[in-house]
Amino acid sequence: MTTQEKGWKEIPMAGVCWKPSTQYLTGDWKTYKPIRDLEKCTRCVLCVLLCPDGAIHWKPEKEDIEFDYNFCKGCGICANECPVDAIEMKLEEET
Amino acid sequence: MAIVKQKMLALNGDEAVAYAAKQSDVDVVAAYPITPQTIIVERFSEYVANGEVDTEFVCVESEHSALTACLTAAATGARAFTATASAGLALMHEILYVTSGCRAPVVMAVVNRALSAPINIHCDHSDSMVERDCGWIQIYVENSQEAYDSIIQAFKIAENPELLLPIMVGLDGFTLSHTLENVQTLPDDLVKKFVGTRQFTLVTNHEGKTVPFKLDPKTPVTIGPLDLYDYYFEHKRQQEEAMRIAPKIIRQVHEEYAKISGRRYGDGLIDPYYLEDAETAIVCVGSTSGTVKTIVDELRSKGMKVGLLRLRTFRPLPVKEITKALENVKAVAVMDRSLSFGGHGGAVFHEIRHVLYDAPKHPYVVNYIYGLGGRETHPNLIHKIYRDLQRILETQRIQKPVQFIGLRE
Repeated sequence: MTTQEKGWKEIPMAGVCWKPSTQYLTGDWKTYKPIRDLEKCTRCVLCVLLCPDGAIHWKPEKEDIEFDYNFCKGCGICANECPVDAIEMKLEEET
Repeated sequence: MAIVKQKMLALNGDEAVAYAAKQSDVDVVAAYPITPQTIIVERFSEYVANGEVDTEFVCVESEHSALTACLTAAATGARAFTATASAGLALMHEILYVTSGCRAPVVMAVVNRALSAPINIHCDHSDSMVERDCGWIQIYVENSQEAYDSIIQAFKIAENPELLLPIMVGLDGFTLSHTLENVQTLPDDLVKKFVGTRQFTLVTNHEGKTVPFKLDPKTPVTIGPLDLYDYYFEHKRQQEEAMRIAPKIIRQVHEEYAKISGRRYGDGLIDPYYLEDAETAIVCVGSTSGTVKTIVDELRSKGMKVGLLRLRTFRPLPVKEITKALENVKAVAVMDRSLSFGGHGGAVFHEIRHVLYDAPKHPYVVNYIYGLGGRETHPNLIHKIYRDLQRILETQRIQKPVQFIGLRE
């Protein structure tokens, strides 16, 4: 807890959020990080649809997907569901 | 405003509560029937079936769901009401905290009943006394008239934008809930006007916009999300602050109501009876106060300086008012209709003795556990308590600080 955090008189009641959740980078919770094999990946976008945190985006301009590691918690659903086994979960410090 | 003409109806306590909720223009009622609260739900569902109200009546599968539905309805800005008793209130336990934490001004009638086991459907205060720490205002009434009056007041108190605290109004099971009484009722339009429509405080949302504090897709806010060691403590402190300003608002609403109805219950927080010059006094909550008042009248007619302090508002605890009311009393007996197993006396005793510790003069304070599971509180028991207090004054000592009364040895 830092000294910059607000006191009880300054915050809205009942836990009302005064900033968007996108400012809370939950990506630092992860232990394992998904790493994609660009050769194997068919761009089927199944991982985009199944990511529970919306941390994998389809980029139309690149016709490719992109991981947002600021929000990826490393759950591994993408790796588990990938039909061509193109995603591998690796210890973050080893990547 | 002058006192208005009222209509006297023969109602039992439950019917009085249902009638008050009907007149208070409630948007959502979600409730699950349980003895001795059942009549409230039955009457209210009749109002709905007859088209006498435009309330959304939600038939839920449990009390946990009943309160969840009311909490979420209140969070959207609706006026929400429910009622329960005993095991039903116990099942709501988790959501009681969620409701107060979300600052959802739900009004609930608790028809006080013992907790199992052994199973018992009759009155004691075990069900709501155990919920005293859950962030709800608690009002205990003496009779059905007061139940009617208090439900109407409760909406106006709970929904005050400065406060936003849920309220439970406790009425004694069977003694009040199932006993017919003459109840003076206000005209529909007047109650509707008195309670008014909900006003919303403004908050800053996640987009940095100032929006009303309610769930509305047009002005989105998030209420009650995850809060860890960084802010949880601060939010709890805010709830405590609301409790600290609550006495002022309870008194205001009580006084405003008294002006149109002509009915007052002390100052809305405590209801003293012949305390000014009393040497001995009983402190109690609920319908037993009526019996105690009769005995006080009897003893006063014989020249004995006895009095009663009825605690109407138990949460927030009116500390200053209690201290002042009992400042000149020499011996006090606190009557508790619940038991804290292994503790040193009941919930009301804990508070009263604790408050008086800081008073300039310490009276003797003793505790009587009475009436568990609906055990009759005969006038003889009250006589005995006043005799015991007199004996304490004569001998200048307490023999037993905590006793049971009306119990067979």
